Amino acid sequence: MKKKWSILQGCLVVVSLLAAGLLWQAQRSVAAPAAPLLLNGAGATFPYPIYSKWFDEYHKLHPDIQINYQSIGSGGGIRQVLAGTVDFGATDGPMTDEQLSQAKVRILHFPTVLGAVVPTYNISGLSAELRFTPEALAGIFQGKITKWNDAELTRPNPGVNLPGNDIVVVHRSDGSGTTYVWTDYLSKVSEEWKTKVGKSTSVNWPVGLGGKGNEGVAGLVKQTPNSIGYVELIYAIQNNMPYGLVRNSSGSFIKADLASTTAAAAGAAKEMPDDFRVSITNAPGKDAYPIASFTWLLVPASIEDGAKRKVITDFLHWMLNDGQKHAEPLAYARLPKAVVAKEVKAISEIK
Amino acid sequence: MASTAVVVEGAPRPGRARAFLLRLRSGDEVAHLITLVFASAIFLITALLVFELYRNSALAREKFGWHFLTTRTWDPVFENFGALPFIFGTVVTSAVGLLLAIPLGVGAAIFLAEMAPARISDALTFVIELLAAVPSVIYGLLAMFTLVPLLRTVVQPFLKKHLGFIPLFQGPNYGVGLLAAGIILAIMIVPFIISISREVLMAVPVEQREAALALGATRWESTWKVVVPYARAGILGSIFLAMARALGETMAVTMVIGNDPKITSSLFAPGYSIAAVIANEFTEATSDLYIHALIELSLVLFVLTIILNGLARLLILATQRKGTAHP
Repeated sequence: MKKKWSILQGCLVVVSLLAAGLLWQAQRSVAAPAAPLLLNGAGATFPYPIYSKWFDEYHKLHPDIQINYQSIGSGGGIRQVLAGTVDFGATDGPMTDEQLSQAKVRILHFPTVLGAVVPTYNISGLSAELRFTPEALAGIFQGKITKWNDAELTRPNPGVNLPGNDIVVVHRSDGSGTTYVWTDYLSKVSEEWKTKVGKSTSVNWPVGLGGKGNEGVAGLVKQTPNSIGYVELIYAIQNNMPYGLVRNSSGSFIKADLASTTAAAAGAAKEMPDDFRVSITNAPGKDAYPIASFTWLLVPASIEDGAKRKVITDFLHWMLNDGQKHAEPLAYARLPKAVVAKEVKAISEIK
Repeated sequence: MASTAVVVEGAPRPGRARAFLLRLRSGDEVAHLITLVFASAIFLITALLVFELYRNSALAREKFGWHFLTTRTWDPVFENFGALPFIFGTVVTSAVGLLLAIPLGVGAAIFLAEMAPARISDALTFVIELLAAVPSVIYGLLAMFTLVPLLRTVVQPFLKKHLGFIPLFQGPNYGVGLLAAGIILAIMIVPFIISISREVLMAVPVEQREAALALGATRWESTWKVVVPYARAGILGSIFLAMARALGETMAVTMVIGNDPKITSSLFAPGYSIAAVIANEFTEATSDLYIHALIELSLVLFVLTIILNGLARLLILATQRKGTAHP
């Protein structure tokens, strides 16, 4: 027994010495070459595919710079940038004045790309493209329009034989930027929605079933006859889902695509505030699709670490010029030129 | 270890120290200490968990007080939060799950332990343990693509037609809802009940069976009147474990429950569970009060689990006193 212990102890000592030696060696070899500059970001999930593409491409151009991005959700992105635990955040809905007032350093919003949200539906035996008025969408999601053959739906769709079935409403159950854009739009077109439900990443839905994620909503809509839901345009395109046209503020019915989404941003760009916190739902413009939104990077206006500041400003310049080329292959709408020019000016505010 | 020896040698009573050192070297004391640390870690983690949940829900507790438990609204925009629909959804889906899973699970366990030939029993047990290890998102997908359409097109119309006079089976038929969530929970917890109950039944001493058979009991009588009562505590234990899993299940439930915080009398209606709303809304919750309300919900789930487990334990005690066969 005694002997066994001493052998064991001997082994332990040898092993721990070895481990310590190895560790020391490892630390030395890491410290020797210049460490790559590491930037950390966190936030919105909606732009995650384009962001990871950008950070990857940027890393190829600058092998000594590595940008990590965690898509933990807009809420998490805002919280972490307020707490200063990340170098930059990302969000699908702009920060509120209250949130900005909590920040220790001023936080700047930089629009990166645009997304749109579309109404998708499943009516048995119907393949026609439906046209939706703002009143129809607000009425359906408030539970006031309950049948597919309601006058508000049949009037803009002459020649379409809408059934008299009950409408099953489907919405997102998880908090999401998609819901923010959708409810922001409904708040603009319906005073009652604005006062009773409001806009947020999650709301108290008057009616409907909740599906988790775009795929949850899409799954429920596909399976449930006579249902209507909303998903991101990218998701609808990639999954070949039918989606309806929506009447914009100039009275024309617009089908969502990358061009009509960029048009919405161009329409709103004329009145773009200096801090870029702007909603572009129901934007003016004949070709503008009304349910669209920017997605933003959140960058502190003062960055003490000079190297990091240089990288962030350089990345923003690259993203606004070369980076925009990567947007459309991934089904994101690119920024209109006027917005890019305004953002380039704003980058100089980072000190 | 060397440093310990030095300190102990310097102590005033070398005799005692030597004895301690000896015990230390024999390993008993070390094992005792290490296992004690591990055991107290469990307690510490639980205490820390409750403390953190309590501390981080302060804003919601101050603002809503006990009304949090009785309010039916959950409105993130106007920041009015209440837990009642979520408590309702959690309890109802777990109850439906247990109601379906208990007879199925205990029945299957009795068959596997008492009646099935050993080869079949072993093979089936392997499959059941495999089922227990399937990730819950897989069950959720199964429910979404198979169970929900089946419920919508066959089961719910059938129930509505024949049992529609009961409020439980009325209202619009979406497929997703409390019933779908309850059924998928039943499927998920049945392997636990079978697996543990079977082990417990097999552990019943063979003399008990022989004695019953010797008294002229049939095979079934010896199983039902002697073996099952003998193993009752263990079977109930398996049911509690299943209940705990059902109460906390998140992914599979949120995929089919409909995620609508309402309280209705119909099992066809959509509902919402505590675990599901936390998982759904936590990532995008921005305001402090909203986050605190979600954390208070976790606290409610924790307390709910403790209460239901406590009630279950009381039930065991009560039946044990009345019991005759239990040792």
